[in-house]
Amino acid sequence: MADKNQRQELKKIKKYNLKKYREYNKQMRKKRVPESEYLTKMKNPDNIIEFDNLQSYFYTDVGTVKSVDGVTFDIPRGKTIGVVGESGCGKSVTSLSVMRLLQGPQGQIAGGEIRFNQQSTGRALNLAKVSMKEMEKIRGNEISMIFQEPMTTLNPVFTIGDQLCECISLHNPEMSKKAVEERALETLKMVGIVRDGILKNYPHELSGGMRQRVVIAMALACDPQLVIADEPTTALDVTIQAQILDLLRDLKDKINASIMLITHDLGVVAEMADYVVVMYAGRIVEQGTADDIFHHPAHPYTIGLMKSRPMLNQKVDRLYSIPGNVPNPVNLPEYCYFKNRCDSCVEACSGPYPSLVSLSDTHKVSCHLHQGEAAHKKQTGGKQNA
Amino acid sequence: MRQYIIKRLLICILVLFGVSILLYSIAHMVPGDYVSNITAGNQNITPEMEQRMREAYGLDKGLVEGYFSWLGDALHGDFGTSFVYKQPVVEVIGKYMPATLALAGISMFLELLLAIPLGILAARRQYSVTDYTIVAIAIIGISLPSFFFAAVLKRIFAVGLGILPVSGMVTARVNYTGLALFGDLAKHFILPITVFVITGVGSYLRYVRTNMLEVLSADYVRTARAKGLPERKVIGKHAFRNTLIPIVTLVGGMIPGLFSGAVITESIFALEGLGNVALKAVYAGDIPYLMGFNMFIAALTLIGTLVSDILYAVVDPRVRY
Repeated sequence: MADKNQRQELKKIKKYNLKKYREYNKQMRKKRVPESEYLTKMKNPDNIIEFDNLQSYFYTDVGTVKSVDGVTFDIPRGKTIGVVGESGCGKSVTSLSVMRLLQGPQGQIAGGEIRFNQQSTGRALNLAKVSMKEMEKIRGNEISMIFQEPMTTLNPVFTIGDQLCECISLHNPEMSKKAVEERALETLKMVGIVRDGILKNYPHELSGGMRQRVVIAMALACDPQLVIADEPTTALDVTIQAQILDLLRDLKDKINASIMLITHDLGVVAEMADYVVVMYAGRIVEQGTADDIFHHPAHPYTIGLMKSRPMLNQKVDRLYSIPGNVPNPVNLPEYCYFKNRCDSCVEACSGPYPSLVSLSDTHKVSCHLHQGEAAHKKQTGGKQNA
Repeated sequence: MRQYIIKRLLICILVLFGVSILLYSIAHMVPGDYVSNITAGNQNITPEMEQRMREAYGLDKGLVEGYFSWLGDALHGDFGTSFVYKQPVVEVIGKYMPATLALAGISMFLELLLAIPLGILAARRQYSVTDYTIVAIAIIGISLPSFFFAAVLKRIFAVGLGILPVSGMVTARVNYTGLALFGDLAKHFILPITVFVITGVGSYLRYVRTNMLEVLSADYVRTARAKGLPERKVIGKHAFRNTLIPIVTLVGGMIPGLFSGAVITESIFALEGLGNVALKAVYAGDIPYLMGFNMFIAALTLIGTLVSDILYAVVDPRVRY
């Protein structure tokens, strides 16, 4: 009996997925999307990106995986936002959603808006709905991305020069071949590669650190307004890591871009980020300025993350680790996803998922422990930092 | 690179020696030699006559002696005279090669021409109706026995509709020349080539599709998209250059197939090609022809692998010799 039910369940999932795939394919094949469908308005014109209740789902054979489920945060112009969380919490999926690079038709943006403040045209676009043609103009030009695996992100059969120049001439068709090459060398110099004949090298002839620099150069070649760095240093050793981070910081000032830095390395975030977003199982559990998160963490998960960092001046036998595992992303519970691993549960935790409440102007947390606190503050109108 | 090729060619010669020993032993051990084949059922032949014939054909020698006498001649470029055709082996192969080569060459070209774009299309639209249709057709093609498919085609187009000839290479008793001859040949080739292409295209198509799927999920394809390249260029340039690597090795392996002919299809359509001739030679125990032909195919196989290894280095910059 149970077996039959299970089979029926799987059949239902398959049917549902097929419907979703078809919708997606139909959407993708549309040549022209009317502007009215994706033109929108920024809430704050100083922001470059506003995520508004973003939902990115993967329709798999065992059910719908809600990798990103209702994420809302802003990236202000010229600032660095750090997105942290453990593996599989939806950090990368959030960034891939911005670039519309989710592996379709399984992965799709199921709802919500990603508002992009396009400087060149003065428009605000909803990237979740924008046509692929429009997206191609934005990718690599206004928003660019640095991927985490330098060993595989470069195409093995084309030279560094081919791949770098391709990007530049694509977005600057008026530039001559010579000018493009000069620009390529210039960006390579910017990331610290000064080497004769580098443009004629193939990726396999370079070391991992060099390749990551090339990837960064590619991302910066067209002076983007936003650079998404998806674990740019994870695959590198510590000395190169520091160099790359220095590089990113310098570059941000040089071209006045915003950076969305995705990492699970809290040290990197502390060093780089102005604002921090902490994600857990596809949702934001806490967000605030770097100071808020590092010195006044409010969510038990963030506190756990902070505790699990190795400290130089403390002697411990064993590094702290948060007990338990991330819940199964297919069947997420109704209550707080962190409940089973949390050591400071209260009665309310068995209730519905806690909403995001403000602790201060910048600091927001989604935890039952702080629901009352925020309500209290609202009553007294208190605005001082927690 | 040059050193590598020379080294490989020297190894090829060694391998060919081994192959020739194996082939000769097998051909020699097959029961019923040419003489007993042609004398079977003829009561007028005495054992003495048979013995004389064996001597005349050089079949009286033992395995080792026979092999070395064959090898000695072969090293001088003399592959002997075919028992069946009474002509030097090299001439027989040369005479029947053009038909086989044209047939196989055209079909192979068409197969690749169909397999590559369709395979890429199926991979790009994975799980869609297009994908399922293409893969289904490919599998039907693979599973179709060529003799059955050939018979069906003959029934429909030659017998039923009467628009194409049933078999043979040229229309009998009409002496076409020039363009008319070419047109006549082409007409006779349509059905065999259809059989070759339909039954052969599937495996290449599936190969291309699988490779393309793998490449499409690779990180560098995502990078190419992240650069803002239009999808046409992502597929046509970045993905295609990478699927080309395994396809090239495939093409090298196809070279011997160009000359060996397809025994069944050639005999069904009564085409005078190498496959058909080889089949007759096996029946008759025509050792010189079998040896010559098989050595030719063995050499082509070795050259084919060498060519694909060289091409491999051409398309993949990571491979250097």
